[in-house]
Amino acid sequence: MGAPKKSSARVSEDHDELVRVPLQAILIADSFTTKFRPITLERPKVLLPLVNAPMINYTLTWLESAGVEEVFVFCCAHSKQVINYLEKSEWFNQPNFTVTTIESQNSVSAGDALRVIYERNVIHGDFVLVSGDTVSNMSLTQALLEHKERKKKDSNAVMTMVIKRSKTNPAIHQSRLGTDEIFMAIDPDTKQLLYYEDKADYSKGTLHLENSLLADNPSLSLHHDKQDCYIDICSPEVLSLFTDNFDYQHLRRHFVKGLLVDDIMGYKIFVHEICSDYAARIDNFRSYDTVSKDIIHRWTYPLVPDVMNFGNTTTKLERQGIYRASGFGTKIGNNTKILNSVVGEGCKIGSNVHIEGCYIWDNVTIEDGCKLRYGIVCDGVTMKSGSALEPGVVLSFKVVVGKEFVVPTYSQVSLLQQPIEEDSDEELEYADSTSAITSTLDKSDGESDSELSDTHFNPASELGFGGVGYIWPKCEGGHEEEWRHSVAPITEDKILEAVKALEDELELILDGNTLPPSGELKPNSIDSDEDDNDDLRDDFDKEVEETFLRAVHENIQENHLTLEVNSLKLSYNKIAADCAGALFYAMMKYAVDMPHSSAERLTQNVQAVLAKWKKVLTSYLNDMDEQIEVILKFEEMCLESAKEYAPLFAQILHYMYNEDIIEEDAILSWEDEKKEADESDKVFVKQAQTFIQWLKEAPEEDEEE
Amino acid sequence: MPDVHILVNEFVNQLKKRKIEGSQATAKQTAELLRSVISQQRVPQTNQATALINAVRAVGEKLIAANPVELAVGNIARRVLHIIREEDLSLATAAIADLELSAVSDDEDDVERDDYPVLSAAAVAAAARSTLRPPSLQTLLEDAPISAAIPHTSSSGGDSEGKSRSVDKGSRGRKLKHDVIEAVNELIQDISTCYEQIAEQAVEHIHQNEVILTLGSSKTVLEFLCAAKEKKRSFKVFVAEGAPRYQGHLLAKELAARGLQTTVITDSAVFAMISRVNMVIVGAHAVMANGGVIAPVGLNMVALAAQRHAVPFVVLAGSHKLCPLYPHNPEVLLNELRSPSELLDFGEFSDCMDSASGGGSLHVVNPTFDYVPPKLVSLFITDTGGHNPSYMYRLIADYYSADDLVVKRRPVTGS
Repeated sequence: MGAPKKSSARVSEDHDELVRVPLQAILIADSFTTKFRPITLERPKVLLPLVNAPMINYTLTWLESAGVEEVFVFCCAHSKQVINYLEKSEWFNQPNFTVTTIESQNSVSAGDALRVIYERNVIHGDFVLVSGDTVSNMSLTQALLEHKERKKKDSNAVMTMVIKRSKTNPAIHQSRLGTDEIFMAIDPDTKQLLYYEDKADYSKGTLHLENSLLADNPSLSLHHDKQDCYIDICSPEVLSLFTDNFDYQHLRRHFVKGLLVDDIMGYKIFVHEICSDYAARIDNFRSYDTVSKDIIHRWTYPLVPDVMNFGNTTTKLERQGIYRASGFGTKIGNNTKILNSVVGEGCKIGSNVHIEGCYIWDNVTIEDGCKLRYGIVCDGVTMKSGSALEPGVVLSFKVVVGKEFVVPTYSQVSLLQQPIEEDSDEELEYADSTSAITSTLDKSDGESDSELSDTHFNPASELGFGGVGYIWPKCEGGHEEEWRHSVAPITEDKILEAVKALEDELELILDGNTLPPSGELKPNSIDSDEDDNDDLRDDFDKEVEETFLRAVHENIQENHLTLEVNSLKLSYNKIAADCAGALFYAMMKYAVDMPHSSAERLTQNVQAVLAKWKKVLTSYLNDMDEQIEVILKFEEMCLESAKEYAPLFAQILHYMYNEDIIEEDAILSWEDEKKEADESDKVFVKQAQTFIQWLKEAPEEDEEE
Repeated sequence: MPDVHILVNEFVNQLKKRKIEGSQATAKQTAELLRSVISQQRVPQTNQATALINAVRAVGEKLIAANPVELAVGNIARRVLHIIREEDLSLATAAIADLELSAVSDDEDDVERDDYPVLSAAAVAAAARSTLRPPSLQTLLEDAPISAAIPHTSSSGGDSEGKSRSVDKGSRGRKLKHDVIEAVNELIQDISTCYEQIAEQAVEHIHQNEVILTLGSSKTVLEFLCAAKEKKRSFKVFVAEGAPRYQGHLLAKELAARGLQTTVITDSAVFAMISRVNMVIVGAHAVMANGGVIAPVGLNMVALAAQRHAVPFVVLAGSHKLCPLYPHNPEVLLNELRSPSELLDFGEFSDCMDSASGGGSLHVVNPTFDYVPPKLVSLFITDTGGHNPSYMYRLIADYYSADDLVVKRRPVTGS
């Protein structure tokens, strides 16, 4: 009951405002990547069938039902095909929903596309920015409302990003959709996006946040379980921003990160999280697989085959989750098993065929006895009898697989040769795609058929006897990553490998103590390069000491002190051990500076100070190295700056052990370290000898008990 | 004409995208749409009824295809077709009566009426009606004292028969259209007032200090219970919440606000509570010709529990919910699986659905409807009164003509 009321309220509010601008959307019908090659050499990605309906249909249907009134479809690669398709479909003559195409041949990125649209001057108000491969059933009402309200309060709130919770696989750092894990820092109250990182460096196991981020925001929450839906609600300023910054290419990598870093203009990005609605973008073959399954499992309701019925066929959902269309013209032979697959129109599938997890498009011929597992088979492919697909294969249009031929795993097969200027570098992908556009465009304009028939393939080609097509050589960059993005399920050993790597990584982290176990907002994760010059070190120590003294005198709380020391640590690029050393030094200095008459009195002083500030100190002492650093520091003090401590060394060490500031292992390894040292250095080891002896014996006693 | 097309397409779109929900709203909108289709349809001099029927059929077919699960659409389309047939017939009989012709050779008439002997107008009308609609108990009782002159009370187009007695031939086309629109207006009226008519019977069924159980939310049930409350009956209501949409919560809120003693229970507690219940009263999505009920999910369980404890299971249904079709494999064919997001949070379970990286493959299924077989239903209360499940087919024969059961355009018919 709540929803209709809201929407009616919104409409009336809109009427109050000057003129009601129709809700517009920009649909970018090109992903400007090469992830769907070789298929996208011949057909644009937005026209690829997703559960037997072109992807763009899902996006347009959603936009229409979400109340968008005007859509600009930006076509670039294979623009003619997209426009032809739209002309044939019903999209051009819908009431209350206009679709306009904008064609551009020389755009190589989303940034270029938006600049072209800006020049056309067609966008007049807030608009929805999506790509043509988005599948969603979300209602835009709430997100739009929030966006408008924020905009009213703060004209710098230019964009609202839609996100959805989705857990990532911790072992391989990738989401269900095959995209990389995204780290986002969001202000929990205002929902402002503060940090966005989709290419985190996992080798270090660390994440670098600007310290100003922590200083400026009273609270922020760091997420890695959010999925970016690539649905953005933008204010018109976004377009002009793209025009002003002509180097913005990628929507996320350049634009979003650019705005987040740039604090001069002060533009802000907010997020809108959807809970029960579905939204996902098809970015690679894995997300093609995942989204197809989500559609089949009806998460996208009502965008499901039996409700949406594109075209003339009617699909019915039958028992055991089988969707069956009538009048489809697909024939399936005897004793054929098809599991978890989608089969298109007009296919001929022979007998004794085994198909599992495959996406078979239209007019495919599969002869008897074939075995297909986890592959994508495009239109017009013929698989001769007895041939097989290993997991992860992509067969592009009209490929013929020869008799008894087994297509090796992860191979990509096409009638077209692989473009030469393939490069794994993302930046070059843009340049690369331009050449691909021009080279394939003329082919899409009708020449392709004749050209293909002209090409003479050997009877015994790369695809076995009678096979037609090239198996694309694997490019070096892609080789490592192909298992991440293919339709095939990730094999056990890859996951085990990743888990193992993760464990190693964790060990590494624990050794270096760069990440606090809770993973909370303690950005003490900077790896110092250990070439600090002494000046800096002294400055740092001094600063810490001053901070500590101020804390003592002004009665500052422990955790505030920790925060201050943290910020010092960041600005001086130090590690936790340095902090521990400096803090310990400051404390001892303070204790020794307090008036004391006897050694006993001094010990008491030390105990009092350590007891009071123990928490601050121990927060930097998670690890043995840091504790050793403290002992060394203490030693140094006893020798140099505060000789009063010299006789009390063992006593205070014992005290610190009792208070759990320093652990047994640290003391023992300190002793170990000192074994080879000069006699002069061993003074304190000797002094503490009895204590160490006691420590060594203690565990045995424990065992006896 | 183009306006109607736009209207039809818009409605089809809304049905397709599942934006209209609830059989009452759908029924009403369908009736309104068909009314405008009829009013804009240009009728030829001859075969006006056929022209109208074809037009309505064409639209009805589209609407049914748009959402085959929403049976109310088809019901209303068939009702309107029936109205056209009846009006045409009554006009024809009136004309015959006026002219006192010995042989009816009028080409505007329906085929089945060719060989009537000369009779009085009333007799002809009665005979004509009985060809269109086999005599029901009600009509038989009515017909006994005097013949068909008594206006018919069944709510469809029946009562407009007696209205137009003398019409001159030239204006018959306009007259037919006018009458049909009148009758459709009445139908719309009936749909919007069916709550009241059902609720009027509440006191006959709910007695003092009874305990009533219901599941989910239904406007009809709400009105029914409130009507009994207004008549100073005091009784208790148990509301099963109706997972996964939990509309029972809304119903409970509404009932409590109106001062009824209401208790919310979980769906799974129905069996535990049923022994204290005197009557189960529920709403329905559709009532099939065999007396089976398509109802919100969970009701079959309630019906079984009620049967086990011999508690009467009463279904309230407006006449627009009566569907002339027999259910075949209703659990599948007359069901709709909605988004699993109503059941559980996608984000929380997303790792269980990541089958590709070995996270397991979780399936969630969320059917909307249950099929309650007729033997589990004790009583139907419609706007015409209480009926046994076995009587449903008769009631349906009152509202629909057998020719319209399949709403598909005949390949070649007139026009």
